[in-house]
Amino acid sequence: MKKVALFSTCIADFAAPGPATAAKDVLTRLGWDVEVPTRQSCCGQPALNSGFPDEAAKLVTSWLDTFSRYEHVVTIAGSCAAMLLHHGPELVAKRRHKPFPKLWEFSQFLVEHHPDIKLHFDARVTYHDSCHMTRMLGERTTPRQVLSKVDGLTLVEMADSDTCCGFGGTFSVKFPEVSTAMADMKLGTVQETAADYLVSSDPGCLTHLAARAKDQKKNVKTLHLAELVQMALREDGSA
Amino acid sequence: MKTPLPCSALKGKDGVTAQVPAFVAHGRQPGQSLHDLTKDALALSYTDETRERLRMLDRPPFGVVWDDEHLKLRDQGAAIRREVLAHLDDYLAQFIERVEAAGGHVHRAATAAQARAIITTIARDNDVKLAVKSKSMVTEEIELNAHLESQGIAVVETDLGEHIIQLRGERPSQLVGPATHLSTQDVADLFHDIGEDIEARPEPLAESTRTRLRPDFRDADMGITGVNFGAADTGTLVIVSNEGNVDLAVTHPRVHVAVMGMERLIPRLADIGTMVPLLCYAAADHVTTAYQTLITGPARAHESDGPQALHVVILDNGRDAMRSTEYSEALACIRCGNCQMSCPVFKALGGGHGYGSVYGGPIGAVISPLLGVPGKHDDLPFLCSLCGACADACPAKIPLPDLLLKLRVRATHEATGPAAALEKTVWRTFARTWTWPFTYRLMVEGARLAGRLVPSSLLARLPLARDWANGRALPPISLAGNLRRTAKRHRKGDRHE
Repeated sequence: MKKVALFSTCIADFAAPGPATAAKDVLTRLGWDVEVPTRQSCCGQPALNSGFPDEAAKLVTSWLDTFSRYEHVVTIAGSCAAMLLHHGPELVAKRRHKPFPKLWEFSQFLVEHHPDIKLHFDARVTYHDSCHMTRMLGERTTPRQVLSKVDGLTLVEMADSDTCCGFGGTFSVKFPEVSTAMADMKLGTVQETAADYLVSSDPGCLTHLAARAKDQKKNVKTLHLAELVQMALREDGSA
Repeated sequence: MKTPLPCSALKGKDGVTAQVPAFVAHGRQPGQSLHDLTKDALALSYTDETRERLRMLDRPPFGVVWDDEHLKLRDQGAAIRREVLAHLDDYLAQFIERVEAAGGHVHRAATAAQARAIITTIARDNDVKLAVKSKSMVTEEIELNAHLESQGIAVVETDLGEHIIQLRGERPSQLVGPATHLSTQDVADLFHDIGEDIEARPEPLAESTRTRLRPDFRDADMGITGVNFGAADTGTLVIVSNEGNVDLAVTHPRVHVAVMGMERLIPRLADIGTMVPLLCYAAADHVTTAYQTLITGPARAHESDGPQALHVVILDNGRDAMRSTEYSEALACIRCGNCQMSCPVFKALGGGHGYGSVYGGPIGAVISPLLGVPGKHDDLPFLCSLCGACADACPAKIPLPDLLLKLRVRATHEATGPAAALEKTVWRTFARTWTWPFTYRLMVEGARLAGRLVPSSLLARLPLARDWANGRALPPISLAGNLRRTAKRHRKGDRHE
């Protein structure tokens, strides 16, 4: 069995274990030997975005210590992938560090390795293009490619699908009122689609939006793409 | 005691009833935290409406889309701006020489105060009582109007948007649309206050303004403008506008004072073929503005129109120092406002007033800490979710999110005091504990335990959780570590190295 390491991210550890758990299940059912290294923690983005690059660099170095040895690393957070690939090399350039492994965002990995995956899920969904995955990682297409493979699924595009949800990591607690005002704009465009689920590829955005929706008693159900695929994967689905 | 203004357009200003908070009129107040400022901006009665207006303007058919044709224009324009910045001293010297050769006077101002003093002296020397102004952000930066008024010189803004906010006593809320936070009804109400009952439609409101401005154009002794581009090869000032007010402001008055940032040059006049369409497209999805005013020197002896004297005031105010920093690319900005229109934080705040600086939005959060008095806006780069939309929007290809991140680093390095010390300790501890598997795991288990034992109402009072819970439900932290428990069987495969 081919081996893949799952970078589950600190969000999975502290706030939202669902997406990483689903990704692990999906990849296992697709025939991968999935490892979830226990010494992993965080990509360091919170420190970097708070203005502490040295501290972020320590996290990236530690991340490389954990993941460097794998041929494939898959993560369920587009933002963390973008952080490691866009900022990572510069952050650790002046430190002794292990080489970067091939890092995949979940949907990228699926499209590359399982183009013929059989999926079925009866629902109307709308997709939120998370900022860092879209603009820093430069990945807009693979999530929609995955969604297009799902029988029974209708994708209803929302307005401004690539507009920020207002999470922004520490921004969400530094300026909570602005952050939630942005979430309300996003939730409004989601509700306009009358979709059953709001789907995205970043647990950060989804945690933030679900928390705001709950507070405002708005009926918006969030689903990470990995969770959707987990539900949509047919028993005979391994391609 | 109020002296009657020797102008027509501002008659009845004392009757304006709009309640304008201090931060909208003058920017961030001493002692006002940025967080409080954002709350005040969100609480303004018109913010929700402005937010919807800004969102509408950023969508088709109004929003800017970089199609192939415009991507090419953008590449060319961005390259021209880089060329200028790489040889700024040479181009400045050439520009100054050509302006003077055409009969203009050039003044260099190191600071905002120097620029104000220079302009005041020019006004005094020419016995100026009334100045008409076209829209100019750099004159906002040096807070020129208030200063001239304090010296007994009346100033009348002649751009419609600027006229509106001058009547209300506000700062511009957006780079090219200074009154973008107001509706046509707001403007009709404002005009009602000054004794003009006009239908709430753009055309009649503009017509009324035009009529009231006419006598001021006629009576003004001085015209004050900004400069969009200064051509180094000819000494030509390029100013774009849509209302024709620039042409009037620079032809009728005896004296023309043009104020420009020192970086606002183009190597060749021919470059306006790229820069003007680029600016107009990025600013408003237009091919060009209705008017392009090109000025080379004052009126010649045989010319009947134009000022007797042209003064060009070139402002530094922090720009020169920026050139040798890692933020130098911000000088490529052409002030189109497209980064603001693309910015979800700017939209949520209902425009730029919530930033408390003259320049709001992404470019404002980058340049405000670097211009003028140091230390005043160092926390602005944090008022951003780092979504990156501004980098895509920028016609000059300024890597705004990267600059914002670098400025955050600078701010934390320079910060002093107990709060800054605490933050440093927090992140140092973060780096230490989150790179040790044992302590990290301990924290995950701690969170799980807290989620199971402590009621969420109590959890929501803890630092950080409190800020999160301000408008949001807490995530189910009782599930913390769940994934690791189910993945335990893989531990053997994870050898420590």
